[in-house]
Amino acid sequence: MNLPVSTSATGFWAAAVMIACVVLCSTVGEVLTAAAMKSIGDLDDIRAHSGLKGAIRAVVTCPLFFAGVGFLAIAFFSLLFALNHLNLSLVAPASASLTLVTNAIAGKIFLKENVDRRRWTAAVLVCIGVYFLAH
Amino acid sequence: MILGLVALCAPLGDTCLSRGMTTLPAISLAHPSTLIAAVFTPWIALGIALLIGFFASYLTALSWADLTFVLPATAFGNVIVALFARFWLHEAISWQRWLGVVLITVGVGFVAHGPSLTERPQSNGSAPETANLQAPSVEETLEPAMEKEQVL
Repeated sequence: MNLPVSTSATGFWAAAVMIACVVLCSTVGEVLTAAAMKSIGDLDDIRAHSGLKGAIRAVVTCPLFFAGVGFLAIAFFSLLFALNHLNLSLVAPASASLTLVTNAIAGKIFLKENVDRRRWTAAVLVCIGVYFLAH
Repeated sequence: MILGLVALCAPLGDTCLSRGMTTLPAISLAHPSTLIAAVFTPWIALGIALLIGFFASYLTALSWADLTFVLPATAFGNVIVALFARFWLHEAISWQRWLGVVLITVGVGFVAHGPSLTERPQSNGSAPETANLQAPSVEETLEPAMEKEQVL
């Protein structure tokens, strides 16, 4: 893979690939993390019963959590790489708004969440809003 | 409060990362170790500290709410940053940005008025795959969003 190194020389497809990597890794990481946190249970309740150490132990002993963090770490370094080549005003809103939509789809498919008309509307409105906010 | 922390820390952390990364020379895939070295520069380190705060709040929110509830709700951070820029830094905000602020606010209002957690069947063989990952007592602790938020 041989991407351009200067912002001005970064082409459309190179920018699209960089943003797609951030969005894909971020979505996988967030879905895995959400599944992990649901499997652990309410952290406020755990903290009330077992203290902060108990809550931390519950999180760090969940393998699914580390799988999610692994993908989020890849997404983070992809973001750093993209920020080095592209402007924040492009990368942040593009990745944030696209991640909202991909997460809504992934949440419905993999987490079996009830993504009703209200949540779809919210996701689309926020997605468009983030786009306008960046321009 | 938890959702507010998520909303504030994420954009502030991203801004610090951007400031840190743009001051560095261009990084090539041929030298990935330079990305690791970038982590220890001051702006990047501050950005990472803010993002750690964001992540702790985010995990807490995900433990009692759906992913598809938490993400749109925390997008309100973009609005907070825009309002800071207008009334604190006295930056000019174009009508497109105000439109963005209104759309995000309406979107957050939409999702915030609904339930934060998908109701699951209590115990049967058709439970979704993710429910199988839950500890035995988890389903008993599931609470509707509004009740949880009132407590917070």
